[in-house]
Amino acid sequence: MTQTGPFRLPRGGRLIDRAYQLPFRFDGRQMRGVAGDTLASALLANGQLMMGRSFKYHRPRGPIASGAEEPNALLGLGQGGRFEPNQRATTTPLVGGMVTASQNAWPSLNADIGAVNNWLYRFFPAGFYYKTFMHPRPFWKHVFEPIIRRSAGLGKAPTEADPDKYEQAYAHVDVVVVGGGIAGLTAARDAGRDGKSVWLVEQTPHFGGRTPTDHADGQSRVDALLAELRGMENVTLRRATQATGLYDHGYLLVRESLADHDPNAGIPRQRLWRIRAGHVVVATGALERPLSFAGNDVPGVMLASALRDYIDLYGVAPGRRIVVVTNNDDAYRTALAALDAGLKVVAVIDARSTADGALPAAVRARGLRVLTGSAIAGIKGGHAVEAVKICAHSGSGQVTETVDADCVAMSGGWSPVVHLWSHCGGKLNWSDAQTMFAPDPSRPPTGADGNAMASCAGAAAGDLLAAELTGAQAESALMPVWVMPAHATRKMKFKMWLDFQNDVKVSDVELAAQEGYHSVEHTKRYTTLGMATDQGKVSNINGLAVLSKALNQPIPATGTTTFRPPYTPLTLGAIAAEARGETFLPLRKTPMHGWHEAQGAFFEPVGHWRRPYCYPKGGESHGDAVAREIRAVRASVGTLDASTLGKIIVKGPDAGKFLDMMYTGMMSSLPIGKCRYGLICNENGFLIDDGVAARLSDDTWLVHTTTGGAERMHGHFEDWLQCEWWDWKVWTANVTEQWAQVAVVGPKARMLLERLGGMDLSAEALPFMGWAEGQVAGIPARVYRISFSGELSFEVAVPANRGLELWEKLHEAGRDLDVTPYGTEAMHVMRAEKGFIMIGDETDGTVIPQDLGMSWAISKKKSDYIGKRAQERSHMTDPGRWKLVGLESLDGRVLPDGVYAVDEGVNANGQRKVQGRVTSTYLSPTLDRPIAMGLVRHGPQRMGEVLEFPAGGQDSYKARIVDPVFYDKEGSRANG
Amino acid sequence: MLTLTCPYCGIAAEETELQPGGEAHLKRFGPGSSDAEFEAYLFARRNPKGVHFERWRHAYGCGKWFMAARDTATLQVYGTYKAQTPFPTPEIVAAIQHRHPQWRPDFDATSPTPTSAPEGLTQ
Ligand SMILES: [Zn+2]
Repeated sequence: MTQTGPFRLPRGGRLIDRAYQLPFRFDGRQMRGVAGDTLASALLANGQLMMGRSFKYHRPRGPIASGAEEPNALLGLGQGGRFEPNQRATTTPLVGGMVTASQNAWPSLNADIGAVNNWLYRFFPAGFYYKTFMHPRPFWKHVFEPIIRRSAGLGKAPTEADPDKYEQAYAHVDVVVVGGGIAGLTAARDAGRDGKSVWLVEQTPHFGGRTPTDHADGQSRVDALLAELRGMENVTLRRATQATGLYDHGYLLVRESLADHDPNAGIPRQRLWRIRAGHVVVATGALERPLSFAGNDVPGVMLASALRDYIDLYGVAPGRRIVVVTNNDDAYRTALAALDAGLKVVAVIDARSTADGALPAAVRARGLRVLTGSAIAGIKGGHAVEAVKICAHSGSGQVTETVDADCVAMSGGWSPVVHLWSHCGGKLNWSDAQTMFAPDPSRPPTGADGNAMASCAGAAAGDLLAAELTGAQAESALMPVWVMPAHATRKMKFKMWLDFQNDVKVSDVELAAQEGYHSVEHTKRYTTLGMATDQGKVSNINGLAVLSKALNQPIPATGTTTFRPPYTPLTLGAIAAEARGETFLPLRKTPMHGWHEAQGAFFEPVGHWRRPYCYPKGGESHGDAVAREIRAVRASVGTLDASTLGKIIVKGPDAGKFLDMMYTGMMSSLPIGKCRYGLICNENGFLIDDGVAARLSDDTWLVHTTTGGAERMHGHFEDWLQCEWWDWKVWTANVTEQWAQVAVVGPKARMLLERLGGMDLSAEALPFMGWAEGQVAGIPARVYRISFSGELSFEVAVPANRGLELWEKLHEAGRDLDVTPYGTEAMHVMRAEKGFIMIGDETDGTVIPQDLGMSWAISKKKSDYIGKRAQERSHMTDPGRWKLVGLESLDGRVLPDGVYAVDEGVNANGQRKVQGRVTSTYLSPTLDRPIAMGLVRHGPQRMGEVLEFPAGGQDSYKARIVDPVFYDKEGSRANG
Repeated sequence: MLTLTCPYCGIAAEETELQPGGEAHLKRFGPGSSDAEFEAYLFARRNPKGVHFERWRHAYGCGKWFMAARDTATLQVYGTYKAQTPFPTPEIVAAIQHRHPQWRPDFDATSPTPTSAPEGLTQ
């Protein structure tokens, strides 16, 4: 079977089918695996032990694990838009034709220039980044930054859009069991027998977990459970499905692989399940811990459980001459598995002084050397293990023997996978006897009913052997070994890896402790221990133990870091699912939207609306288009699609009283048939919206809000009505989308509307700030005589489905008048020419109406309105508040938006003091010069003064304080 | 992500359907109130670790504001009730005391209408 690689064993491999060979590429080389392989097992079978380089030192790395905890074997997968960085080779099923590449190495995996970092390891200690950022600066900029920039980040980001589809689905389930090992299968069976709706989700494509590999009759036990579960209609089994996070009230995120790495399947690649679980059973097993000996990161050193997985599951031997090193009985299973596969086991090195359990006895009975009280002093070899140096564990590393070996299987004991339990607040207890953190059932994560929403089962609960389920015999106690040998030298600790992915060594954690990092959370960030994809899976306990020892305190006193979701990375595609491209956010379009599009309008987003910003003609620039639109409006007539303005009906016997509370001005006294401009503040006194209210009848007002404010203001009204004045008889309705509204603006606006006929729109019949109901061009209409441009202006509201008809009739009838559609920018410039404020320009959430010279819009008669009390606070009445003024650029340049006016002196930070800022600034086509508004300290009392506005570098603008009304100060044009 | 049952439409709404509104049962202070009273009303919140009364709006549902009695530490929901309720209802108080027998309301839960601001609610 050498076709599938020289390291494929002649027989065995529970999960593979040797009859189906799968070609794939790795770093440009053609290789072959078989169906059932993971990428890692296929690479190992081809003798490709080295699969990447480490993050900081670019050290050669092979896989140390066989599952989701793998920190080293992260590959770039796929090509083009389907390229994905950092895919774990150990959990990626092999697919024929797969194209894979190693990461973090240049120019090649074998000859990586970045490995120079490896020789400089003494200069890259814990906290290197923080220390280097401090000083000396030139050294950082010219020496370290270029090195770090090239090596920063794991893998490369894809540059093309992901062509695959993803979907999301919801489920409500009584019991979700996470983990399809023997404990999970049993828990699902029990819940299923109770008649509950049950889901069992398993991260790998196979049920059974470790049991079939580790226990003689394991497979038959698993098969029996599966048979019963498959017969239960209330039980759903899902493989290749990863629970990534457990959140409040039983909200469980689960990623199901549907067509991962099989893009031609024609179905979504992944499905993200958003499950509401009545109860979650965490049966996620345990992860084996590495041992910290010098050279424990050389390719060929791997976890003992991983080695026996590769042998048993995939029929692959990562090496031929194996050394097992352990502090517990479990690793002896690996020695037996290797022997059964026909491999040579050189020795079992056991740190314990005695090893006389059943498993060590079985190993001895096969004639193997068991060296108790022993340790590994070092590994010979750089890109692969060549020999193992052995020493006494109790000493400082005096080598007693060197044995030839090409693979080291290490085991430092096991840690329950408590991530899901911890995600939502489940607490842990330290067990000295078992040397691990295990879930504390008395302090579970709680759900909406205040009771446990999760429980743990099997190894995840701390029952590592799960003997009741697996039939395993008792094992002798493990001996805690955090550094091997016990009195290792400083030099050896520089080669003992705790976090393989982030290159954190025993020496780094000891240094952090020495430098005062006593909190485990701080140490984690200082050293980067357990960051990135590891999330504490491999490194957590070993790092914690080293820190505790350095701090001379027990492990539980040091505590553990917080486990956060996701357990394994979740692709952004699954999180976004259908919410991408056009379906990311539904756009709101007015009834005239299609007309604007046909005219080539340039749109801008306003809230969820798209509004025409301007209508460029031919090769016209946006600026030129805006100027043309404004001149046309001021000279003749223009139309603005104002349909997006918020329109809220406020009705009821107490509507007037209510509006008097909502607005700073008096709305209850507004006569029927009239309009009034009003300001809305929040309870903090700050101006949040403005608009014109019209009284429709005795008990009904229609209030206009800003385009972006409709939903917000409607919610604001409802908040006060429902929660404060719930006995007031007032009803509100947001009718924004029921009406299309067109502003017909300019000296010839009345002439144009009269051509359409149907209503008397004369100044006598419809005076300024009045409104009338009737027909325009045969369409039922409300016409409001209000003006935001300073020109004669009518806002015509018609039922939404007739908006386009009205708009087209206006343009037909006004052709000879040069009727011009204008956009939001022309509207903005024209209002600024008139000194009208704009919510969001002149206001920013800290501005009160008094700042804007709008005391005229605040009723003096009312005893109360929302914001009134706040506006009496000392800071609000401070005469030194910045107030609205006009600004006239001295040199004819348009002031930059948002620039600050400087004052004499500097503040405590040595920065120039400021005394004002620009809030709106435009080139006025009407006046043919720049205009601006701004907020300036004591502004209105400083007319004629010149302010300086630095604009970066040496550039500075000067502007004179002037009246903010630049055009038609008398306001006569609105009268037509 | 919480689920809260809207007391108006009876829907067990996911947090994404809801708009949070901060602490419930605040007494509004307007013109005529002292600086201290107004400051407390505007800014001071209890922010307890434990039993909390809060406002939520079924924004992507029936649009109604309602109250939730919730434990900020355990996330237990003691109940939801309509916004037009001056104080947490006796049922809510009983549900809280069922879990925390020592807990006592600092308002007169038997009073049908508020006579004054519940003590502590506006401190
Ligand atoms: Zn509702």
